[in-house]
Formats: sequence, C-alpha cells, structure tokens
Amino acid sequence: MIETAAALEPTFGGPLLVLAILLPVVGVLLSFVLGGRFAERVALALAPVGLVLALAIAFLVWRSGAPVVYNIAGLAPPLGIALRADGLSGVMLVTAALIVAAAGFYARATFATPEGSTEARAPFAFWILLQGIWAALILLFIGADLFNLYVGLELLTFAAVPLVCLSGKPETLVAALRYLMFALFGSVFYLLGAALLYGAYGTLDIVLLSGRVAPLPAVWLAAGLMTAGLLAKTALFPLHLWLPPAHANAPAAASAVLSGLVVKGSFVVVVRLWFYVLPALPGDAAQVFLGALGSAAILFGSVLALRQPRLKLLIAYSTLAQIGYLFLIFPLASGQHPWTIDGWNGGLMQTLSHAFAKAAMFLSAGLIAESLGHDRIAEFTGAGRAMPVTFLALGLGGLSLMGLPPSGGFAAKWLLLRASVAAGHWVFALVLLAGGLLAAGYVFRILSPALADGSLVLKSPPQRSREHAALALAVVAVALGFAPQEFFDFLQIGRMAVAAQP
Amino acid sequence: MSVLQILDVGLALLVLAVAVWTIAAREIFGAVVAYVAYGLLLAIVWIRLFAPDVALTEAAIGSGVTGILLVTSGARLKSAGKASAAAKPGLSLHLSAAALSLLAATALAGVILALPEPSPTLAPEARQELAATGLGNPVTAVLIAWRSFDTMLEKIVLLLAVVGVWSVASDRFWGGAPAPLGRANPQGALLLLEQTLVPLGILVGVHIFWVGANAPGGAFQAGAILAAMWMIVMIARASEPPRVNSLWLRLALISGPAVFIVAGLAGIGMAGNFFAYPDGFAKPIILFIEAFMLLTIAATLPVLVAGPPRRSFGP
Amino acid sequence: MTPSTLAGLVGAALVGLGLYGLIVNPQPLRKILAFNLIGSGVFLVFGIVARKGAAAGFPFDPVPQAMVITGIVVAFAASALAVALILRLHEETGQVLLDDENPASLPSEQGAGK
Repeated sequence: MIETAAALEPTFGGPLLVLAILLPVVGVLLSFVLGGRFAERVALALAPVGLVLALAIAFLVWRSGAPVVYNIAGLAPPLGIALRADGLSGVMLVTAALIVAAAGFYARATFATPEGSTEARAPFAFWILLQGIWAALILLFIGADLFNLYVGLELLTFAAVPLVCLSGKPETLVAALRYLMFALFGSVFYLLGAALLYGAYGTLDIVLLSGRVAPLPAVWLAAGLMTAGLLAKTALFPLHLWLPPAHANAPAAASAVLSGLVVKGSFVVVVRLWFYVLPALPGDAAQVFLGALGSAAILFGSVLALRQPRLKLLIAYSTLAQIGYLFLIFPLASGQHPWTIDGWNGGLMQTLSHAFAKAAMFLSAGLIAESLGHDRIAEFTGAGRAMPVTFLALGLGGLSLMGLPPSGGFAAKWLLLRASVAAGHWVFALVLLAGGLLAAGYVFRILSPALADGSLVLKSPPQRSREHAALALAVVAVALGFAPQEFFDFLQIGRMAVAAQP
Repeated sequence: MSVLQILDVGLALLVLAVAVWTIAAREIFGAVVAYVAYGLLLAIVWIRLFAPDVALTEAAIGSGVTGILLVTSGARLKSAGKASAAAKPGLSLHLSAAALSLLAATALAGVILALPEPSPTLAPEARQELAATGLGNPVTAVLIAWRSFDTMLEKIVLLLAVVGVWSVASDRFWGGAPAPLGRANPQGALLLLEQTLVPLGILVGVHIFWVGANAPGGAFQAGAILAAMWMIVMIARASEPPRVNSLWLRLALISGPAVFIVAGLAGIGMAGNFFAYPDGFAKPIILFIEAFMLLTIAATLPVLVAGPPRRSFGP
Repeated sequence: MTPSTLAGLVGAALVGLGLYGLIVNPQPLRKILAFNLIGSGVFLVFGIVARKGAAAGFPFDPVPQAMVITGIVVAFAASALAVALILRLHEETGQVLLDDENPASLPSEQGAGK
C-alpha cells in the first residue's frame, strides 16, 4: 500500500507523460494544416516515436515499482491537474501504440491520397481522426482528474464517430448517428456525476477523492450516473445497440481500432472509478451487478455472433461478448481477498488479448472482403487455401477469443476462472466455460467452410505486407499466453495503491 | 418574500416553461425558437448565480451560435419534420419515460439539497495563487493557467469536430466551400443589421477580450461574439464561407492550440514545468495565448455552423 | 429559498425534462435539443456548487465555473457534429428518424471491405 501523500508527489520521468499526450496532438495539428499526403506521413512517422515513449513510461513504472506522476504546470491537485501512470497505464499505452501503428500501416493502401490530387476527403479525415483517437486513449490511460478524463472521453467520441461513416453511405451515417447519441448520453451522465462529486468533496483528483469518499447519497448517485454513462460508451449489454452496426460498417482499419482499443478507453475509466475513486464504498452488490451484466453480455453476444451471415457483423457481435468478460473484473478483483490478484490480472489480460486478437481479426476480415468482393461466410469455401496467411491471422485471433492454450485469451480466462472458483462465484465460472464453447462455435463457423476443399477465384490477391500487419497482431495475442510472472507483477503496480483502508 | 425572491421564482418558472416548450413544440422550428429563448433566460440565471463569465458564454455560444446552427439546419429539415409526425411513439413509452424522468429529477434534487454545508471549495487556493498569474479574474486563471491542459485539449475537441463535420462532405466537393449561410438577395433590414451591428459587435468583442484578464470576459466569450459577427456578415452575403483547403483558414483553426502547446513546452525551460509560466511574465504570456485562442474560436464556430463543403469552388 | 437552491431545483428539473424528450422524440434534431437541456441542467449543478463555494472574498468557486465554460463549448461542438450527420443523412435518404429498424443498418457488401 502506498500512502496517499506519496501518490501525489511528482516522480522522475513525469514529464514523459505530458509528451506522450502532446505527441499525437501535435500530429493532429500538423496533419490538419499541411493536409493531403502529409497527414499520412505525419501519422506514420509519429507512430514509432509514440511506441518508444510508451515503452519508456512502462519501463520507468517497472523500475520504480510505483506509479509515475506529473503535476501539470507544477501545480499539485486539487487546484492543478495531475497525470499518473501505473501498471495498467503502462500495458495499455504500449498496446495502443502497437495497434495504432499496425492499423496505420495496414490503412496506407485504403487511405492513400489518389495520384493527381493534392488532398482527398477520406484520407485527410482518417489520418487526423486516427491520431485523435490515439491522443484521447493516452489521456484516458494516464489521466488522474475526473474532469480531465471527461475531456478525454469527448476527444475520443469526436475522433471515433466520424470514422464510422467515412464511406458516406446512408447505413454508415445511421450507425454513426446512433453511436454519437449513445456517446453523448454517456458523456452528459458522466459529467453530472463529476459535478456531484465536486459538490461533495471540492476536488476531482482521483487520489484525493479516494481518501475522502464516504457512502453518502450524493456519492452513490454520482457512482450510478457515471457508471451508466461509461457503460453506454463501452457498449456493455443492455446498452450495446449502437456497437454492431458501427463497428461492422466502419472501414476495416477503423474497425480494428474501434473494437480493439476505443471501447477499452471508457472501460479503463470505469476501472479507475470503482477501484481507485470508490474503493471505500461498500459496493459489493454493485460489483456483482456489473459482473452479472458482463455474464449476460457474454451469453447474448456469443449467441448472436453464432447467427450472423457476414464476417464483419460476426466479429462485431463477438466484441459484445468479449466486453462482457472485462466486467467480471469487478466482482473478482474488488475487496482485500487473496483471489483478487488473479481476478485483476485476468481482467487486464482479457483487455490486452482481446485488443490484439480483435484488431487482427478485423484487419483480416477487411482483406477477405476486398479479395472475395463480399464477406458472406457461407461462400468462403476454399478461401483458406487461396489466402492462407489472412486466415492464419483470423484463426489465431479466434484461438485467443475461444480461450484455447496457448494464447492470451486462455491465460485471461484461466485466471478469471480460478478467481471465480476461489471466490465461490460458481455462476461466473459456468458462464466463462459456456462463453468459451460458444466462441469455439462461431470461430468454427468461419473456419470450417474456409478450410474446406473448393476452388475459388480471388478478385485480387491480398497484399502481403497488409496480411503481415494482421498476423503480427494475432501473434501478439497468442504470445501473451507465454507472459512470465514478472508481467503479472507489473500489472499489479499501483493497483489499489490509492485504496482507503476501511 | 422579497421582490428579488419573487423575481427569482418567476425566472425559474419561465425557464422551465420555455424548456417544456422546447420539448413539446410540434414543429422542429418552434422547438428551435424556444431553445434560443431558453438560452437567453438561462444567461440571466447565471448572472443571479454570480457567474457573469458563464452568463456571457451561455448567451453567446449556448444561445446565440447554437441558435444559428439549429435555425439554419432546422429550416432545411422543416419539410421532413411534418411528414414524420405520424411516427410518434405510443402512450406506454410516454408514461414510462415520464416516470423515469421524474425519478431521475427527484433523486437529483434530493441529493443537491443535501450537499454538505459549508460547501467544499477551492476559492481560498485560487485566492492564494491568483497573484502569481497577474490576473484579476480567477475564472480566466483557471482556464489559462491552472487547468490550461483542459482548455488546450478542448480546442483539439473543437478541431476534431471540424474534421468530423467536413468529413461528411461529398468527395467531389472536397477543397470547395460550404453553402452560403443566407439567401441570394438579403433584405434591407439584414443589410442594415450587418452595417450597424457588426462594427459595434467587433468593438464589444475586443473590449470583452481585453478586460477578461481582470473582469468578466476573455477569449471564449469574445471569440464567440466575433464569431457571431462573422456569421451575420455571411448571412447578409457580404462574405462567403471560406474553402476548406484554404491555408489561412486552417492556420486560424489551429493557431490557438498550437501557440498554447508551444508556450506549454517552453514552460519547462522557463519555469521548470510544462504549462507553467515564469514569475513576472505570466500575464503577458497568458494574453498572448489568449489572443490566438480568440482567433481560433472566432474561426471555428462559424466553420462548424457553415457545415461541410457543398460546392466545388469558393472564395 | 436562496437563488442557488432554486437553481439546483431548476437544474434537476431540466435533467428530467431533457431525459423525457430524449426518450420520446424520435427525430434526431429534437434529441439534440433534449441533450442540450440535460447539459444545461448539469451545468447549473456545477453553478450552484460554485456559488455555494463562495469564500476568500470570491462570491463563487472559480474552478466549477471554468468547467462549465469548457462544457458549453464542447456541447456546441457535439451539436454541430450531430447536425452535420443529420443533414447529410437527410440529403442521402430523406430520412429523419433514427429509431426505425431498417435493413440499411447491415453493412452493404461493397462497404464491408472498404
């Protein structure tokens, strides 16, 4: 346990946190003003720099074994704003940098400015919005002030929604508009909760709040409003209606980022809310309720995924189910019990492995749709032989979704299973097993026609380099299954560090 | 009950009545008109709450610029609004929505009335730090000094909104300009308004910006007023919305956050921390940043109202 | 009743009213108006918190007031983005409703790969 006072002190390397946020922000500004091909060049040039910054921050967290802290303008909270990076931030920063880089590399073919024109609409918007999403995610992963996080949530919404309707087709506009409505609903409820917390405690700094929060009616109402708002943004059942059309209609590179990363941004804020701001609340019932919603999402999303005729919709419905797993972290990692270590590690491992696996699957699905001219699963016969690397990436991602060893998905589900058994939450254990079987069902539905014998003529073969981008992400999802104990120790850094003792 | 209290209760009832009208009006256009009136009434409420900075912002942006946005778009949707009147939801939805809303409002009211007394506040900390900024208006100090990071990022939100609005254009119009805001032949009254109000409005805007360091006002409010003036000029067709690929426009749109970031980065060399200002130089640096924020706000709001490019040429 | 208590009650009522409008009005532009009502209700909650925090010679706590100013600007940006989407959808289809289930919400075959 780290004392509250220590968690407020700025640490060595703190300035890196500001630079990590400013890098993609500067990218947005440069891309906007230079326009045309420069937007793409700026985005692709900054991606490796951002990865180095993310790794540097993670390294500092690992070396000191404690959060890296920076007070902006040197002014400590409550009047100033702090940034804090812990183990959770570290892994999410690196994950975001890798997936943004892979999606950007993959998107070069789709969003190149055409020859003969200085600037085109879709590429201009795509490269700026991609960097906007990246900036917003970094802020959400290291923000330590609930109002600063509100600005981050809005940044994420404004960057993510227009990506859905870049093609300009009416169905994508409907999907984007519905997404915007849910996201705005989420923002306004989150902000109302923040107003109540400020009214009760005169600060929105997470560490300061955690030391002051008591179970008052205002706090309970704030917790309920903020949670409901964030669940709408994360698309947890039953607030999921916007997600499948939005994720299935977006361009493949955008879908990979939306499904792999964007929903994780608001999820990390829910985690910050319950585990860092509100640990002093006697919230067991609320945590179990979140777990129950997650369980419902697993079953509901998986069953609907089984019934989808098209690949991109199937993958989008699978995201609903996989988001459900994330919420098992609430009942399994809350409190001071021995099993909460497994519950926490399992929940975070699921966040990471789903991000990589799902991004890989959407990128593969994009290649399949381009090469076949459609994405109707029933007509995939022989496609596996025609584009083996693409289907390998898709299959490895699916392996992780099913939770088969060796994969990050297996490690995640195994840890969650162990925690549910130890905690006596047998229902969650059963749901975990059922979810794995259902996932096996829908992954099999894709692969079985694709691996069948048949002759199939591709409209165009997939580009090798784009296949490799998808495969690289899928390999990371699998490799997470070999994570050593040190990796799990890293995830624990800063966890509950700010928890007030009851 | 004193006269002032009676006026307060009357104002509250009026705000609620206009809000009900906004929700219940049959036609989109009526609802929009109600919403503009609502914003102006709300500005008075903010004055009663000792929040003149917010009152100015609410009147200029919440009512004024949002009003122009909704009036122009509402007019385009007018015909469609009538046709869809048949698709109203049923009574059961109305009743359950009413029950849910009543529950939410009651719970919220109960919690608000039970907030702790004396209220926690950062006013003493603000008083202590204010001298170092050289400013007299603590709200400006929060926006440009203590929570400047929020303010800078909020400008990025505005910029992404511009990209989002532009991104729904047709490909063939990219590089062109949005449709004109007003009709082809503006009426005499509009021209009179343009010729008399706009110079006055620009003066007011510059004044509000200049006094914002010490009195209510600042870049936000002044920027919104200047934005409104530019929109009046465009509605009167004395000027047209600029092309989306105009370099000058793009520079204006990013200048606020760009200057903010440069000053913020320089802070680590000059004052030891990102976004910190060196002792004794805080006020001139803050005014410098605010000048560019003013430009960005005055350019961004009309661009958002004008919408995506709708023609392949432009001024 | 003090002005700030009164404003708090108005804020709560506006949140409820906006929520009602959000649920029952099928037209997206009306939903945007409802959102703005909820938003201004939320801002009023910040406003009374600021007013009650009067201290040290300031008649208000400046921090929540500054948050409201940021919030008003963001709310305007949200309205502008929503209006752009609504108008574009209207141009494409003549459609102004969001709630009707139409087959168009499935991805089109060409769109899936793009």
